Amino acid sequence: MIRLEKRPQPSKLWTYLTPVLAVLLTMLVGGVLFAFLGANPVEAIRTIFWDPLFNAQFAGFTRPQLLVKAGPLILIAIGLSIGFRAGIWNIGAEGQYIMGAICGAAAGLAFYPSESFLIFPLMIVAGALGGWAWAMIPAILKTKFGTNEILVSLMLVYVAENILGSVATGLLRNPEGRGFPGSRNFKQWDAAHNSDLIANTGMHWGVVFAFIAVIGAYVLLTRHVLGFNIRLTGEAPRAARFSGVNPARIILICLGLSGALAGMAGLFEVTGPAGQVSIDFGSGYGFTAIIVAFLGRLNPIGILLAGLLMALTYIGGELAQLMLGLPGASIQLFQGMLLFFLLAMDVFTNFRLRIGKREAA
Amino acid sequence: MADTLLSLQGLTKIYPGVIANDDVTFDIGRGEIHALLGENGAGKSTLVKMIYGLNAPDKGQMLLDGAPYKPSKPSEARQAGIAMVFQHFSLFDALDVAENVALGMETPPPMSDLARQIREVSETYGLPLDPSRTVGTLSAGERQRVEIIRCLLQNPRLLIMDEPTSVLTPQEVEILFETLRKLKSEGTSILYISHKLEEIRALCDTATILRLGKKVATCTPAETSARQLAEMMVGASFATPEAKRGKTGEVLLAVNELSLPAPGAFGTPLREVSFEVRAGEVLGIGGVAGNGQDELLAALSGERMAPAGSIVLEGKDISRAGPVARRDLGVLSGPEERLGHAAAPDMSLIENGVLTAARREGMLKNGFISWGKARQFAEEVIGHFDVRTPGPGTAARALSGGNLQKFVVGREILQGPRVLVLNQPTWGVDAAAAAFIRQSILDVAAKGGAVVVISQDLDELMEVSDRFGALNEGRLSPTRPVASLDIEQIGLMMGGAHDMEVAHVDD
Repeated sequence: MIRLEKRPQPSKLWTYLTPVLAVLLTMLVGGVLFAFLGANPVEAIRTIFWDPLFNAQFAGFTRPQLLVKAGPLILIAIGLSIGFRAGIWNIGAEGQYIMGAICGAAAGLAFYPSESFLIFPLMIVAGALGGWAWAMIPAILKTKFGTNEILVSLMLVYVAENILGSVATGLLRNPEGRGFPGSRNFKQWDAAHNSDLIANTGMHWGVVFAFIAVIGAYVLLTRHVLGFNIRLTGEAPRAARFSGVNPARIILICLGLSGALAGMAGLFEVTGPAGQVSIDFGSGYGFTAIIVAFLGRLNPIGILLAGLLMALTYIGGELAQLMLGLPGASIQLFQGMLLFFLLAMDVFTNFRLRIGKREAA
Repeated sequence: MADTLLSLQGLTKIYPGVIANDDVTFDIGRGEIHALLGENGAGKSTLVKMIYGLNAPDKGQMLLDGAPYKPSKPSEARQAGIAMVFQHFSLFDALDVAENVALGMETPPPMSDLARQIREVSETYGLPLDPSRTVGTLSAGERQRVEIIRCLLQNPRLLIMDEPTSVLTPQEVEILFETLRKLKSEGTSILYISHKLEEIRALCDTATILRLGKKVATCTPAETSARQLAEMMVGASFATPEAKRGKTGEVLLAVNELSLPAPGAFGTPLREVSFEVRAGEVLGIGGVAGNGQDELLAALSGERMAPAGSIVLEGKDISRAGPVARRDLGVLSGPEERLGHAAAPDMSLIENGVLTAARREGMLKNGFISWGKARQFAEEVIGHFDVRTPGPGTAARALSGGNLQKFVVGREILQGPRVLVLNQPTWGVDAAAAAFIRQSILDVAAKGGAVVVISQDLDELMEVSDRFGALNEGRLSPTRPVASLDIEQIGLMMGGAHDMEVAHVDD
């Protein structure tokens, strides 16, 4: 008989081991899945994990994509992880990401075609504020009326998507775009273009901010009393209140922070890789970032690594579609599997496996 | 050995890193009340869990009526006629008594039959209980009766009781003892776990004493003094707290007609609670659990705001100040619930030190935590209060209850409080550590602090308090000097009103 036995305290080893094992299991089961789809599993796994970085033929193009994809994932996931640590479940980062992009883009476009160097900073601030304001809706509803932030933030994603559709075809539509939906292209407007800081590396301002967010979150959570209070609220809400933490304040801070970071990620995306506010701007980064946050153990350094890994599966996935003709859905399944195995393996952090009869224990 | 019901032979149970039970051998006779005595961590719970089928021994065997007895789960133990009343009740507040009893049964009879059976048993054994009452409205003593009746309905041959009197008034204890004696006279054996020595001497026929997992002795408690029992249990003579009373000084904390609505459906409202504590004084607040103890502590610690003017510290109204502001002013508190309230279970002792001591111990600089200082503080608490732990980095939940209690009480005391409020400061703590904690409480007072001790352990309150008051349904009796009270009066103050006859009236 196999039983689970609670550990006296969480295993440090397993905390770090589970993400690695989850990745390995995902490769294994994903390989089987690909085999059923008629692809050579080894080749498929190699295409996803190895080729984007090291294949002589196309690594030159795919490698910069790693940072382009990882930047927003990390930036959003860092914000989410801080809330998750406090037990505040912001599931609507996708909506905050979209609203950040819209607000930031709108703030910039209001000054078109100014070439002032203040345009881009202004857009960043407006993007952060847009995401922040969108996250304040579930935050205030939760603190005032006790609503569930999971539902409210998630539903607001769909509201944001509709707003996106509306402004892309209306308010923010490019007046010189011959009636096509979508805003002006920021790539053609230097003051607002979030270009590569070092050419052909994918290293744009969003990536810089993501790195800053990683460091900031690390310092906040390990050194600052606010981070301590956030962790305390998540671990033991009653003890937090006893300690003097104001739960409403933590809710506002955590949702606000994650909203602001998601909004900034949206702004960097719209002014950089995406280039314009378009109907299909929402690309699911806000949802994938949830996986990234958990895969990274809600730990800033872990999220950095997880963000890079997840970005790799995005790029490798596209490559696999292209090279091996694997369906796009199988790649999404592959990413979902990663979270599934991670959560499943997580049991071993708090429990140990006992094999044998009861008497043995 | 015809009169032996259950014989334990060389029971050994090894957990990783600790031998919980080491070759424990003793017999429980038919119709005997057998005490199992020992400090926290002595292995009492482990032993009882093996008897009740929750754990299996690594070595040794048990004989029930001379036949091997190897329960692999509690239902097998119950079938063999062994029942257990746990220290922590597993009852659902929102269900009534009969429904709660039915939930614990393998094949519950129809509700009407069950209610009749409950009434019969409760009358036979002098345990007044109305099967149709909602458990949420019952006192701790009444809840315990639910658990006992649940066991008695199975006609057990051996009834195991884990620290049954820790939540009872003196009057309720008497009722319980009568019940146990009646059961004994009918031939039921009782394994009675306690650390209250006087009770064991009054009730039990035989006592087995465990220390560090080993059996120290089996003796007849009536012929052994409480002091001797305690010394066998602890292994060394321990110092009883010594009151070093200076003169009491100014009023430090004054509570004026503090009323607060109940925090939830099963909480207790505070009703016009008034008292004063002076510098150098210990005020003991007794009362049966669930009569407003938690609510009073929350109001004093600042977790819940009180109406303006109701809580005054040295002339300053602190009713509207939160926990942080009150700590800054020197009002420190220790709630009853260690895990999850006084301490965060998965956080280390270092982090749990930061929980309340961050500002007073200078661990913060511009909001940044100095982990060096935090570690130092945790180590100080561990060293000073003899907290047994591998180190300050250990998670709070990995500590035994008693050791964590030492840590959370020590954490507040080491911060040099002006006013110290503790709820159940020695609950579940072994005798030596309890004596030490009590001495520390007296030391706080001797240094000119004011202390409020909320406790259900009357002996403890008599030992440390200068004055005594009792909470009953959220009301505090007038406080009176301890020297002028006897146990009878105290019982009445605590709420003789909680005896069933009276409780029925206000239904």
